[in-house]
Amino acid sequence: MGILRKSTAPLLTLAITAALGTGVANAKDTVKVAFIGPLTGGVSAVGVGGRNSAELAVQLRNADPDAKYEYELVTQDSECKPNVGVQIATKVAADRSVIGLVGHYCSAVAMGAVDIYHRFNLPMSVWGAVLPDVTYGNDYKEIHRVNGTMINQNEVAAKFMTDQGYKTWVIIHDTTDYGKGHDKYFSEYLTENGGEILADFGVPADQQDFTAELTKAKQLNPDVIYFGGLTPLGVRIRAQMDKLGIESQFQGVSGIKSDSFIDGTGELAEGVVSFLEGAPLEKLPGGQFFSEKYKAAGFTESEEAYGPFAFSAMNLILDGIEEVGPNRKALTEYLGNIQDHDSVVGKISFDDHGQNTVAAITPYVIQDGKWVVWEDSEYADGTRKLAGL
Amino acid sequence: MDMGLLGQFIVNGMMLGMMYALVAVGFTLFFGVLDVIKFSHGDVLMVGTFAGFSTYLGLGAIGIDNAFVQLVGVLVVAIASMALLGAIIARYLVLPLKSAPPLNTLLVTLMLGTVLREAIRLFYPDGSNPKRFPALLPTDSWTIGSFNLRADSVILLVGGLLVIVGVHVLINRTRLGMAIRAVAQDEETAKCMGINFKMIVLLTFGLGSAVAAFAGVMNGLYYNEINFGMGLLLGVIGFSAAIIGGLGNIYGAILGGFIFAALQTLGAVALPFASAYKDVFAFAVVIALIAWRPTGLIAEKTSERV
Repeated sequence: MGILRKSTAPLLTLAITAALGTGVANAKDTVKVAFIGPLTGGVSAVGVGGRNSAELAVQLRNADPDAKYEYELVTQDSECKPNVGVQIATKVAADRSVIGLVGHYCSAVAMGAVDIYHRFNLPMSVWGAVLPDVTYGNDYKEIHRVNGTMINQNEVAAKFMTDQGYKTWVIIHDTTDYGKGHDKYFSEYLTENGGEILADFGVPADQQDFTAELTKAKQLNPDVIYFGGLTPLGVRIRAQMDKLGIESQFQGVSGIKSDSFIDGTGELAEGVVSFLEGAPLEKLPGGQFFSEKYKAAGFTESEEAYGPFAFSAMNLILDGIEEVGPNRKALTEYLGNIQDHDSVVGKISFDDHGQNTVAAITPYVIQDGKWVVWEDSEYADGTRKLAGL
Repeated sequence: MDMGLLGQFIVNGMMLGMMYALVAVGFTLFFGVLDVIKFSHGDVLMVGTFAGFSTYLGLGAIGIDNAFVQLVGVLVVAIASMALLGAIIARYLVLPLKSAPPLNTLLVTLMLGTVLREAIRLFYPDGSNPKRFPALLPTDSWTIGSFNLRADSVILLVGGLLVIVGVHVLINRTRLGMAIRAVAQDEETAKCMGINFKMIVLLTFGLGSAVAAFAGVMNGLYYNEINFGMGLLLGVIGFSAAIIGGLGNIYGAILGGFIFAALQTLGAVALPFASAYKDVFAFAVVIALIAWRPTGLIAEKTSERV
């Protein structure tokens, strides 16, 4: 027995190693990539749309026989709360098996998280947050952004609204970095374009009752009420404007450009304007491809405004890993050199802060319960009119 | 400031105050009978509003589109289901902890509030998004100068007032009310007098929760928007209002509710700095009031400090 065991044991080991070895050689290595967005809470509709879109990018890549790796998507919920966001950002960044990240719709969360990605050398691309400081407020080479910033957005918005003939504004904004940023840039460009700001209210991001602010606004009787913030507050302000009999035009920012804004306000949504980076899905170079694939994948939720950006950001990360291998530093370097990279949102070119320089801004208006591109709406051709015109 | 505008601010403030008062009445009722603080109260309000909203959707689905019938349906379902939920919470969470330190009840109900909130967010269809609550009341409005008064606001104010008067009559003029007062005053003696202690506690929790459900529906009808987080701040404010007024005293709760609303409105209107600080201002004054009168403005006759 003793002799037999001595001779068979190494043989068995060899056989097992050989069997395992061939098994590994046949399968692709698994590489982890991550997605972070608000999957619960008031703005979760946008977050879930983004997550689905990022997942779609991973699914399509895994179905591609030419792909060198098998990708596994790790998703985390930031709840749009900076404190939660910082925790999960650390969790994702500290997991060395995660090579790249597509993250953040909420600017306030992104601002807290970028330092962490830099510390852990995790290359990432933002898919929805629009605060300029996310990319321009630091020199971190890990941080990139495929969507435009609120600087471009408000520049276009201020010019667009003054061109319509509006003269006076009351601004209401939430007091997060996001709302304050909108307030700052819109005020700046509005003054440049000759608009006048009658009052400016900062409100907490969870306020329910706006009757006091709106009653004050009513007294000032502005042409437009500008709201810098996200959907839940936007819905409340629009509804309460009606309660107080305020007839001013309601102007939002990219943060309210969601289907849930229309669900929340119903008939009052009609004629509300908002601005969004990038072109509408059907006008994007790869828009049709994206929406066909999104439908085919069977997601029940809408991709919402930023889905195509999440999809493009994830694709960019996957392209990078295919090219330079699953290595954080190499991927960071790869992303730093991106110029004219094809994506469904158009060519992506990063400047030296990792900001995509393509910044087409599209104005939208709600017509019959749908967000319609301004140029295609009945408001543009004069059939319908915005409030007070 | 012209009179119309002042009137507008007063109506806004009254509306807020009515809602806060209705929530505060619940806190004070619970504290009265059991000396406990039920922190899930705001979330019970939210669940009640969603129950009412579901009823509206259900009635719409079976083809009933008469606004009055819908309103009655919404109110009946919201109030009845929350009265039941309140009694269940009392029976299975609050009463078993009766001899434990009050802090335990506070913690358990605080956690229950989170469970209710998260349950609506996760399990109600599309529950994480704000929902559009229907306008079931007439929306005619009268405008005098810069003063705009809507019929629905008036109806809601009158409705809230009727509920408060109803609770007052119930507590002070009925046998049930007498039993509630007896239990509040002295549990042991009340038991000796043949009062079914457990039943009275369940009924009181049912009553307080029903009032909260009414406040929730009122909130929905007024703002035309509901969301899973609406109960959180309302709960904290209602609790503060009950404390300023004097826990255990219904009039104190009502007074506290209106004081808090007045402070918030004042904070947004009259303070020179941005309205971002109106809650800071209101809560700071609450802290000062509590420091000045630790047992509340209208204290219970036999007061216990919390």
